[in-house]
Amino acid sequence: MEEINNLLHGFAVALTLPNLLYMVVGITLGVLIGVLPGLGGANGVAILLPLTFSMNPTSAIIMLSCIYWGALFGGAITSILFNIPGEPWSVATTFDGYPMAQQGKAAQALTTAFTSSFVGALFAVVLITFLAPLLAKFALKFGPAEFFAVQLLTFCSFVGMSKEPAAKVICAMMLGFALAAVGMDTVTGQLRMTYGFPVLLKGFDFLIAVIGLFGIGEILLTMEEGLAFKGKSAKINLKVVFQTWYQLLSHWKTFLRSVAIGCWMGITPGGATPASFMSYGMARRMSKDPETFGKGNIVGVAAPETAAHAAGTSALLPMLTLGIPGSPTAAVLLGGLLIWGLQPGPMLFIEQKDFVWGLIASMYLGNIVGLIVVLTTVPFWAAILRIPFSVIAPVIIVICAIGAYTVHSSMFDVQMMLVFGVVGYFFKKLKYPLAPMVLALVLGDMAEASFRQSMLLSQGSLAIFWSNPLVGSIAGLAIVLLLWPLIGALRRRTSGPRVATA
Amino acid sequence: MSEESPDDGPVVAERGPELVVAVLLMAFAIGVIIDSVRVGIGWAPDGPRSGYFPFYIGLLLLAASGSIVIRTLLRWKKPSAVFAQRSQLASVISVLVPMIIYVVAISFLGIYVASIFLIGYFMRRHGKYGWVPTIAISIGVPLVFFIVFERWFLVPLAKGPIEQLLGF
Repeated sequence: MEEINNLLHGFAVALTLPNLLYMVVGITLGVLIGVLPGLGGANGVAILLPLTFSMNPTSAIIMLSCIYWGALFGGAITSILFNIPGEPWSVATTFDGYPMAQQGKAAQALTTAFTSSFVGALFAVVLITFLAPLLAKFALKFGPAEFFAVQLLTFCSFVGMSKEPAAKVICAMMLGFALAAVGMDTVTGQLRMTYGFPVLLKGFDFLIAVIGLFGIGEILLTMEEGLAFKGKSAKINLKVVFQTWYQLLSHWKTFLRSVAIGCWMGITPGGATPASFMSYGMARRMSKDPETFGKGNIVGVAAPETAAHAAGTSALLPMLTLGIPGSPTAAVLLGGLLIWGLQPGPMLFIEQKDFVWGLIASMYLGNIVGLIVVLTTVPFWAAILRIPFSVIAPVIIVICAIGAYTVHSSMFDVQMMLVFGVVGYFFKKLKYPLAPMVLALVLGDMAEASFRQSMLLSQGSLAIFWSNPLVGSIAGLAIVLLLWPLIGALRRRTSGPRVATA
Repeated sequence: MSEESPDDGPVVAERGPELVVAVLLMAFAIGVIIDSVRVGIGWAPDGPRSGYFPFYIGLLLLAASGSIVIRTLLRWKKPSAVFAQRSQLASVISVLVPMIIYVVAISFLGIYVASIFLIGYFMRRHGKYGWVPTIAISIGVPLVFFIVFERWFLVPLAKGPIEQLLGF
């Protein structure tokens, strides 16, 4: 088994003392980010990215991905103790987690959440370990047309699969693409859409957009709610942990189902949030006593957490193998790879073996470290949450401003962060999805380059996208996903009882 | 634009902001299209010109935002969902305005000094803290950031006249 050997080699890379230290630091920062409102996986990683520029890429990605795991863990703490989802993907965790905390079972709920997250991530990492090399080998055959088709697939699935109206998904996505095109055209050197402003020469950095959209936007939204944290406190002891683990063993079917949903939603860019809701819904439908859901059923905590973590982890699979991130946070990590001079995609598995397998090994280790860290430090995080919002809010604004400034040491970036923050507030309120906008901003240049190369090859004929079975089937699948809502509506109309005007 | 609701005080209907955002997106799309046409949307001897790809992006954005505008206008007279309550918007603005001042102040005072004022303002205005904790936290937090960034990670942040006076 070549993968096992590679993986063992990866463990050797990841298991050094400094790297373990980076993991603990990363997890701790990640939980902090996940617990605080306004700071989440995507913008937390974006803010901390500039600090890692001087580190070696392997250590840096280990720390950054651990921040990501930490944020995934941290979201559960606020959901269960405070009924405030720290992250969108932990909204479903509040349904049963908070009632459990109210019944004095906070420790069980937290243990369940952390364990489920761990299980979800573990399965997803196993999937990455064995699937990623295969996918990378397969993707080596890809030409520009195939790459563009895969990107098309990513974006079409956003349109087809999101619950937001298609027009708004397309708006958000195209805005991202347009912003990515601002500045110098990398192919011809021509300036585009700068309208004579020299600050626009460099274009819009997606890190700034992420910090503004998710960070500042979230603060504005939170302010609207006028948050007052009133939470339950919790202490976790070993006895409760083992009792809960024993109890969870009997729900292995829920775990398997949630892992499957999560992995699927993570690889296709559905993301962790829909995965958690879908998994919760499935668990309730399959349950023998669905009426206990929402009143503190342990399965109602396990199902969404497993799926969210599985999705969050498997989102890294297409990021590493194809250079196409499955979630905004994966997109930020991808941006980091580009900054370190690592081109994600199939060649990464050949040219940067140490890096890739070190990262995959660190996913195993990081989640184990994460589980231990969160189980032992819950009271501390609960205490942090009691710091009033009037102190936390300005500190988060300062952190966002520092994060935006450090990207290019540019004041213009800080101003743009604020603009993106206001855009993020309005987009969230009006239900424009932010994820496709961020992905488009990150992938814009790559998508454009592969599209232009394809057009060069075919002398401007779109027929290149169905010129061979491989590219044809990817492009075909993209169209199917794009039209999925229409197909669903048609099927309902033909199979269901006919209504005169429907 | 606003209508009275008996329970939660005056609210702002969704259709107003919906229309404004969609119209702004349309304007942006037109800007993209115009500039793409300027740099050339056709074919040069060495391949597609710079405007080739953004042109279609602009067209799609125009179509999508246009459809939102039309849909919003068609449903204008029907009851609209609530965007936010007036009081909620007021508290959003009460955060947004200091944020804008903060970002402007960074250009003149540097990040550290501006942050002291931002945190201090929030704690006095929104937290109703006394002067002692306010001063301690609003100076302490930027000081910690200063040590972490300037000393630990050696990442210089924006500094203003006061840091220069102190010799940094």
